[in-house]
Formats: sequence, C-alpha cells, structure tokens
Amino acid sequence: MEIYKLTVEELLTLFRDGKLKVEEVINVFKERINKIDENVKAFISVLEPDTPEIDAKLSGIPYALKDNILAKGTRTTCASKILENYFSVYDATVTKKLKDSGAILIGKTNLDEFAMGSSTENSAFFTTRNPWDLSRIAGGSSGGSAAAVACREVPFSLGSDTGGSVRLPAAFCGVIGFKPSYGLVSRYGLVAFGSSLDQIGPITHSVRDTALITQLIYGKDPNDSTTVDIELDFLRDIEEGMPGMKFALPKQFLEDTLDDEIANALKKLIKILESNGGKVEEVDIPSLKYVVAVYYIIAPAEASSNLARYDGIKYGLRSKKEDLNSTYISTRGEGFGEEVIRRIMLGTFTLSAAYYDAYFDKAQKVRTIIKNSLNEIFEKYDAIISPTSPVVAPKIGEIKDPLTYYLMDLYTIPANLAGLPAVSIPIDFQNGLPIGIQIMGKRFEDPKVLRIARSVEKALDILDETGHLPVPEF
Amino acid sequence: MIEDKYGITIGLEIHAQLLTSTKIFCSCDANVFDREPNSSICPVCTGQPGALPVLNEEVVRKAVMAALALNCKINRYSRFDRKNYFYPDLPKGYQITQYFYPIAENGYLNIKIGEGNKKIRIRRLHIEEDAGKMLHSSDNITQATHSLVDLNRCGIPLIEIVTEPDIESPIEARLFMEKLRDILRYIDVCTGDMEKGALRCDANISIYNKETLERSSRVEVKNINSFRFVEKALDFEADRIKKMMEKGERVEQETRGWDFSSRSTVSMRSKEEESDYRYFPEPDLPPLIVSEDYINELKEKLPELPDEKIQRFQSEYNLLEYDATVLSSSKKLADFFEDCVRLYNNPKRLSNIIINDLLSLLNEHNVEIDGTKIRPEAIVKIAKLIDSSKISASNAKSILEETFKTGKDPQDIVKEKRLEQIDDEEFLNKIIEKVIQQNSKAVEDYRKGKKGVVGFLVGMVMRETRGKANPKVVSQMIESKLNES
Repeated sequence: MEIYKLTVEELLTLFRDGKLKVEEVINVFKERINKIDENVKAFISVLEPDTPEIDAKLSGIPYALKDNILAKGTRTTCASKILENYFSVYDATVTKKLKDSGAILIGKTNLDEFAMGSSTENSAFFTTRNPWDLSRIAGGSSGGSAAAVACREVPFSLGSDTGGSVRLPAAFCGVIGFKPSYGLVSRYGLVAFGSSLDQIGPITHSVRDTALITQLIYGKDPNDSTTVDIELDFLRDIEEGMPGMKFALPKQFLEDTLDDEIANALKKLIKILESNGGKVEEVDIPSLKYVVAVYYIIAPAEASSNLARYDGIKYGLRSKKEDLNSTYISTRGEGFGEEVIRRIMLGTFTLSAAYYDAYFDKAQKVRTIIKNSLNEIFEKYDAIISPTSPVVAPKIGEIKDPLTYYLMDLYTIPANLAGLPAVSIPIDFQNGLPIGIQIMGKRFEDPKVLRIARSVEKALDILDETGHLPVPEF
Repeated sequence: MIEDKYGITIGLEIHAQLLTSTKIFCSCDANVFDREPNSSICPVCTGQPGALPVLNEEVVRKAVMAALALNCKINRYSRFDRKNYFYPDLPKGYQITQYFYPIAENGYLNIKIGEGNKKIRIRRLHIEEDAGKMLHSSDNITQATHSLVDLNRCGIPLIEIVTEPDIESPIEARLFMEKLRDILRYIDVCTGDMEKGALRCDANISIYNKETLERSSRVEVKNINSFRFVEKALDFEADRIKKMMEKGERVEQETRGWDFSSRSTVSMRSKEEESDYRYFPEPDLPPLIVSEDYINELKEKLPELPDEKIQRFQSEYNLLEYDATVLSSSKKLADFFEDCVRLYNNPKRLSNIIINDLLSLLNEHNVEIDGTKIRPEAIVKIAKLIDSSKISASNAKSILEETFKTGKDPQDIVKEKRLEQIDDEEFLNKIIEKVIQQNSKAVEDYRKGKKGVVGFLVGMVMRETRGKANPKVVSQMIESKLNES
C-alpha cells in the first residue's frame, strides 16, 4: 500500500482502524515533498507542523494552502515581492475551520502573483511545473496547489478561483478542482483579487474528498458579509447518480474550433452522461460571447482597488524615496510584477470618472444579463457542461501574449460572473497530458454538481487498478 | 457700498462622528479620544491583507435617527461604495462611503434669523468611515522631517451631511452648524464637539454681483474647527472674493484651508490637482436594506427636538420664548427643568433659578448639568424657600453654589449660614430707625414727594442685614414709618 496515493477518506479510515499513525502519514508526505518538489516547485514555504491529537473530522490529514490564504504566523506572500516577508497576523476562516477539524497545514503553495494569471509564470519567485510534463505549465493561478495534489505531495489543498484559478490548473494537472457558489465559503483571510468573483475551493483527487472538504469549510461567517446562511449536505446524495438529469451544452462554447483532443474529451463526457441516464442538449446563450470582455473589466477594476493597500506604509516592501509620492511609486513599481501592474492600470482606467459609464458600469450591466441568461438555463437543465480549457497545458514560456491566456478563461469565467458552483474533473489523457471537463450548476446546488461529478468519476476509464486517478511517476 | 452689491451663496458639507460603542466595520472600541496611538486597531481597520468589513448595526440606527431628525427621506435601499485615493492615514487605499445611493436625502433644517425662520435644505446624508490621523514631527508639515500614523480613528463611523446652497451669509452658516449640533446632541448621535473633530465642516462659497448676476467660481474652505471660525473663515473668504471681483480679477476654483494663526484662508489645491476617486460599488458589503418597520420604530424613539420643545415650553409652562429657548438648548437641561416642574409646579420660578443662577454657575465651572451634584430636588427646595419668603431671590445663587460644591441640602445651608430672611419686625424696626436717622436727606426728599427714595432706603436696610431682610416687609415698614411722622 502506497500511503501517498490514498484519498483523504481512505486515510481517515486507516487512522480510525488504528492501522496508521498521524506522524507516519505526515512523514510520508514530507518525504514526498523533499523528493519531488525541487522538480515540480509547487511550494513557496514548507512548514514544520505540530501534530496535536484532536478528535475531529480531519484529524491528522496534511494539506497545503495557496499562498494567498492566511495562516497565523506563516508567511503569506501572494507570490509577490511586495509581500515577500509578510507574516499573517490572523487565520483565514477556512484555515481556522480546517485547524479545528484537525487537518495539518504542511505548506503554502505557489501561484501567479496575487492570483493574476493562468500559469504561475507570473509568480515573483518561480514557475510551478506540470507534474505530467515538467516542461509544461501547471496552470494557474492555483498552480502550486494543483501540482502538489497531482504528484501527491498532499492529499488535498485549497486554492482560490476568481476566473477559473482552481479549475484550470486542476484540469492541466489531472486532479479535481471545485469552485463553490459565491457566498458559500468565507473569503475572510483570502487576499482579495476580485472581491465579487473570488471564492476558495478545494483541490483533491477524489470527488468524495471534494465533498468532504467543502462540507467542513463552507458556511455563514460573521467576518464575511457576503457569505450566506444555508444548510447543505454535500455527501448525503453523492452516490445517487444522475438518472433523468438534463445537461446543457452551450453552442457558444463550440464555436471556436476546439483542439481535437478537447473535442474528443467532450464527446467522451457526453457518452458517459447519456449512458448513465442523462440527456445532453445544445443550447444557445448569446451573452456568453461577452464573458471574457466583462471579466477583464470587472476583475482588474476590483483588483486596482484591492491592491491599493500595498503602499509601503504599514507592512510589506517599502522602497523609500525623498517624499511620499515617490515612495508610493517606487514601492509599487518595484513590488508588483508586470501582469499585476497591467491589471491595476486597466482597472484604474475603467474606473476613472471619464470612462466609468463606458466600461465598468456597462460591464456590470452585461454581467447581470449573463447571470440572468444562465439562471434561465437552470430552469430547464440540471447542469451546463463544457471543457475546462480549450487547450491542454502549454509549454512554459510558450505563450507570450497575455490576451491568449485571457481567452483561455472562456469556459471557467461564467461561473464566477454568475456566482455558480463549477467543478473540473479529469476525463482523459492525450499524449500523457490530462484533459479536464467542467460541470457547472445552479447557485447553491453545489451538492448536485458534485453528485454529477461523482457519477462521471465512477464511469472514468482512466482510473488505476485501485480505483484512483492516475499519479505521475517520479 | 461693496456689501450691498454682492450676494453670497454657501453650501456646507458636514462630517459628524457617530457615538457608537464599536467602530463601523469591526469590533474595535470606538471611543479613541486621548487613547495611546494605535491601541484600538485590528486586521480590519488597519487594512491587513484578506480582512473584510462587516457593517455595525448601531451605525445604521444612529444615521437613520439623524436623518429623521433632519427631516430627510430615508432610502429603503442604499449601498456602499469605495472612494479610492492614496494617503498614509487610509490603510486600505480606499474609504468605504455611500456615493451612488445614500441612506437618506431631501431633508431640511430651519434656522432662526432675527424674528423669522429660514429653511436650509439638506441634499443628502450618507454613512462612511473615518480615516486615521497623521502626527507630524513639526507643527508645520512643510518643516517636518517625518510623520507618524495613528490608525485609532480608522473606522470611526461618520455621517456626511450635504446642504443645498441655501445659506446666504457666514452668520447663517454658523447658526446652521449650531442648530445641527444641538439636534445631533439631542438624539445622542454625536457629541457635536468641533474643537475635538467630532463635528467638522467644509464650506463651498461663491459670490455673485446682484446687478449683473455675474458669479465667481466656487471655492471650498476646509479645516474649519470651531463654530466661531465657521463665521470668521467665511467672512474672510467672502471679502477676499468680493475684493477680487471689484478689481476684475479672476477667482480660481480651488480648495482653501482656514489658517488659525493668520486668521485667513490659504490655497491648498487647484481644481486641476483634484483627485479622481474612481468610485465603484463596494463588493465586500451587500446593499443596505432598511424596512419600513425599522424606520417607524426609530421614528417613535426619536426624542422631542429643540423646536418642538421650545413651542411646548411656551404653551405648557407659559414661559417666554427666550426662556424656553435657553432651557431647550440641551436635552439634559430641558429634562432637568421638567424634572423640577414635576416636583414643584411653579415653572416660572424654576426657570428663573435655572437660567439666572444655575446656568451661570455651570458656565463658570464649564460643566454640564449631569456633571454636578445638583439634583432637581435642590432647585425645587430653593424655589420653595423663595416662594415662602424664607430667602430672597438674590440669595439663591450663593446657596446653589454651596450645593454645587458640597452637594449639601439647600435647607441645611440656609440654616448653617443663617441666610433665612429676616421678617422679625422688632429686629427690623431697629435697623430701619437707624437707617432713617443716618439718611435724613432722603427722608426730606420723600416728604417733598420723591417716593422713589423708599427703594434706596430698602437697599440700605438690605445692606445692613447682608441681604437677609425680607425686602417686601422692609419696604412696607419704611413706608408706614415715613408716612406716620
């Protein structure tokens, strides 16, 4: 039995039966990190955790946090020079919930600086490599969290998803990435990027684990006014299958000629759905044409404001100059990378008095239209299906034009704009590279989305002999 | 004359700190006056990464109370927005305010000008957070080698009140501010202390030529930190603009600051230097929805406001308008007066003691009524002593002063100090005879028909008895004595 290949549920069972000890498991994963991470580079910090014996749901399970989620006393860098030496002064709500559940934080993972990007190439420190092909990107922005789970350096991790940042790297790395409905998981202690879009989600290698972790981290938080008070059970019906369910496949997602391997993966998904009692229909959602444009107005606008606090006055990098204004300019010029600066500039522009109506305000209106048209779909359909990404993981450095990356977010963005739950699950491998598909549901029907994903997972032909998703060789 | 030729137009933007126990978006103590710098702070109000605001309900309640007291329409739906700018006292790099949809609009306040009332319309009232404070290493920022930031004030709740440009003179501006302060104090929403920054006022002023209707640019005057300076700063600025217009000079649209030391306004920044605040909806806070029930509940809780009280005091207690106004100047004082009236139904007497004696005592010691040992019972006892001719009205203040200092019962003071009025005719007779002997000229004058000298003689008797003689009795006795001989 190779312990590192086990799911969270399996580890918990062995703990309960007394067949495994917590220290043993922690050591297995730490050794794994020692052995692999110099190649994969998923971690910004590896911690020396205490292993308190507490009797709780996740006792003894190691995990990793994306390095834009606070854990008191640990560095939270956001992969930025400006926060390189920032130590968290409090626990994020998710961190506290996992700590109370007995989970053990063993590292903080790499990301695109401030979660802006799809590749971790925008990390100020290093690029995380795809465990299936070290010359390729792991995806982003939660690339470290996805790669760490993919090569089983941890059994699960948390990422953050503003426009696909959990789902895209999960798809590129062959693991499961889930973005819950907006308002389900507290953002308190998640370093804000696009506040109306950001949501924390788990990355795992089993859908049941995704449900288990989500169950523990979701819920109304008095520290986050955008969380909702709603009771959900993510595991109760997860094995119930999908008889009679109807799935919508938006025409707009097929218009751009898909790569063959992606188109085949989609066919494979449709076959699985149909052979398990589901029905797939093509639908027309014209407003989907505008999702990328709307997203790249709203997200940078919110970011330009959210990142204003990194000014060299209170904490973080200070590049001291003669006067206040030059200190601001120099601190922010040195502290932020190119992509972050690009987005701050974009957002500052679209929010300026002269352009507010033409850009930000209009984008907000189109966002409402998109939300409404997606909600209409859910009156007739149980879920919307699509690929997670129009391409497989590109080579590191291959894509130079930021627009190419922006357009890759086409499938994942709608869930953020409309606050919907969406999961990416591996469906196939082509030339040794994983391909993910996405299932997106109605807001707060997160358990249904996971139930569909679980049905798909059970029907996958890529699982190994023990029923696990495949693990790259190291 | 230059004064008659020009008209003045003034609009005010007022910031009032709300009296809440905790800050607007976190649970830090909101009472930060005189606290050690950076001792009432947390991740939220210092803008730590990942921290989020949560709206304090008490802030909404106090803002709605203020809006109701200012006759505003309460918006059932309002929203928060971010105002973006960089400054070291603003840790998030933006201020959370209400720009697009304020909590209240379209109110007014009547101020008293001479005999009449003038309505000053209020355009809007909204909720926002205060910023921190900069402490410069020198009195003058230009000479400072460095500055320190105190974030205690970050997140203190504010309401901003914006008037329409209905104010037509610096005096009206001051009267408006004083009236506003009284109301905010009445409803316990703000201490109204301008010197301590709990109430702040920025003024927009422009001048127009009444004949040609030519109008100057609008100038914003900031840093006005007392009620007196509201008038002084605007007087200065109005004069400055008028003189420029007389000379045919162009008045810049700019922001000027009131400089206390030179008693003048100085330019802070021109229109071109104004920031673009890039307002947009605050995504971390849901819209603020207040129900009709919530508004009605607060409407019912709203105490009687100064204007209504002044009216009622005149009709119910038969007081003069002046007296009713003085008694209503603070809610505490008005309540104190009514507590007295409840114990002893002679409003006129009680009002006289409070206005003539108690208030001067409070002013001398610079305290408010609830900061003293004087209870309504003491005032009532003094009133009864006067009404039963036990003491003279002129002795009321010295008795009050003693009660104020020691908390002693006025009756005991009267006994101890032998202040009781003397109406023992045998005793008085001796003194009167002595006075008449010593003032034979006055007696002659009386006989020649100058009846007025009686008052003079009474005064002499009062002096002899150190004010303790009952003047009514003395007056009667003197008259009969003069008439009999």
